[in-house]
Amino acid sequence: MSALGPAEWQAIEVTFRLCLYTTLILLTLATPLAWWLAQGRSTARVVVQAIVALPLVLPPTVLGFYLLVALGPRGVVGGTLESMGLHHLAFSFEGILFASVLYSMPFAVQPLSEAFASLGRRPVEVASSLGAGALDRFRSVIFPLTRGGFVVAATLTFAHTLGEFGVILMLGGSIPGETKVLSVLIYDHAEAMNYEAAHSLSLMLLLFAFVTLFVVYSINRRFQVARV
Amino acid sequence: MTLQLQARLCHGDEFELRIDTALPLDGVTALFGRSGCGKTTLLRIIAGLERVPGATVRFGEEVWQAGRRFVPLHRRRIGLVFQEHSLLPHLSARENLLYGYRRTPESLRRLHPPEVTAMLGIDGLLDRRIDQLSGGERQRISLGRALLITPQLLLLDEPLSALDTQSKREIMPFLSRMAEESQVPIILVSHAPEEVERLADRVAFMQAGRIERIDSLHEALARSDSPLFADEGAVSVLEGRVGEAGEDGLRPFGPPEARLWLSGAEQRAGDRTTRLRILARDVSLALDDPQRISIQNHLPVTIERIDPPRHNRIVVACHTADGQLLLAEVTPRAVRLLGLAVGQRLYALIKSVALLE
Repeated sequence: MSALGPAEWQAIEVTFRLCLYTTLILLTLATPLAWWLAQGRSTARVVVQAIVALPLVLPPTVLGFYLLVALGPRGVVGGTLESMGLHHLAFSFEGILFASVLYSMPFAVQPLSEAFASLGRRPVEVASSLGAGALDRFRSVIFPLTRGGFVVAATLTFAHTLGEFGVILMLGGSIPGETKVLSVLIYDHAEAMNYEAAHSLSLMLLLFAFVTLFVVYSINRRFQVARV
Repeated sequence: MTLQLQARLCHGDEFELRIDTALPLDGVTALFGRSGCGKTTLLRIIAGLERVPGATVRFGEEVWQAGRRFVPLHRRRIGLVFQEHSLLPHLSARENLLYGYRRTPESLRRLHPPEVTAMLGIDGLLDRRIDQLSGGERQRISLGRALLITPQLLLLDEPLSALDTQSKREIMPFLSRMAEESQVPIILVSHAPEEVERLADRVAFMQAGRIERIDSLHEALARSDSPLFADEGAVSVLEGRVGEAGEDGLRPFGPPEARLWLSGAEQRAGDRTTRLRILARDVSLALDDPQRISIQNHLPVTIERIDPPRHNRIVVACHTADGQLLLAEVTPRAVRLLGLAVGQRLYALIKSVALLE
């Protein structure tokens, strides 16, 4: 195994930044969405649920392809941005961040909506009757009682973003310091027959992924025990 | 002051709920009916937990729901107590008790922790973890928690139905004391006649999504076909004061001319009026005052009404010397052999008496 060079450190930095931002953005977006999903079984909810889950089954290249079309200079989003004097989002960090948010969304939404559903409406109703407004209820009742769901959602989102490859390659290419994340760097190393470098990075990701899943499953288990 | 309610809720072609009524806001009003008659839905509409389009809810001068106006529950200042324990599991007993109190503006606080914990007997429980509390203890903390927001209205949704008989016994005195001392109007949803007879001042009878009638408890108990009698047959409720126990441990109840002797150990003497719930089948009638008999409670009564026989039993409604209604259940044969008639004076023998306190 070789020591990490500047290219590796740069990729680690980009990857970590991407994972962190994705996680923060997704927790903010997924919380109200998951809450809404957990409140019932209407058709609108099923449609949204299916859309959120799409990245689980689609090949990443499909998502990456459409994002490239939409976010590129001639796409709906990219074109609009260009006409406003801004840059389009293809082959940029902002572009892959946007893609990651979509791509990892089910991993944030599903644990949260499960946690909210198992919370039931009683504690929330009790808190309202005792004078707590919506934010107060979230802070003092909902969050403390679904903390496990938040930890699982954050961890899974972070880890899944770490494992992103196809979407990033399609949309972001492989620009050092901008879109070259670890998974892409490993691919590049392997392409260049630089197996030793690919191996040390791969092993690192493998261990990290294992530890993450271990943490998630221990939390899940602790929660089940606590419930029974 | 009244609580005005109008609500229609359809399920397909049928009305699930059709309410247009005004409930008086003093004392305890019971919403009584079978499961599925819509009483819990009505309670949720009053609380603002169910937003039924077109419904109107007015609390005195305050409009809680009308047209597009809708005041959310946390601004209505309603104390809610649910059927099963609903303490917040991540908080201690004390934190639960104070959750609403801390969120109540100081200027609105009229009830404070010391008096509420004393009223409900929960002083010693506050440092315990919630999972170390019994069902009855949890319910008492829920009641205290609801009271401490100094609610304008207390809604109790079958607060005792999830409890075993012993916990019910344990909590009932606290509930009735709370109803009397807190001076907060209470709406009690119940399908248990005993709860209603012990606690309510008036009863709204609900059936198939409608309020059929609203009676005072006395009126409700005076009807021989009262839905309250569906479970255990006819019941009378006597009100009176309990005196100090004598040497034999028995406590006098009621005025000298209509005195009963109670044997329960838990009853406390006091100035407060308490209720005695007596099943009609535990009351016998005698033309003379029998002396050599183990039954100690003999009351001189006058027959007011003799109901037609049902299931080969006849309910004889009498009034006691202090004017209260006492029902006795006898056989048609007994009525015939004793020659019972309205206006007749005789003696009611009460075999077992359960003091409500």
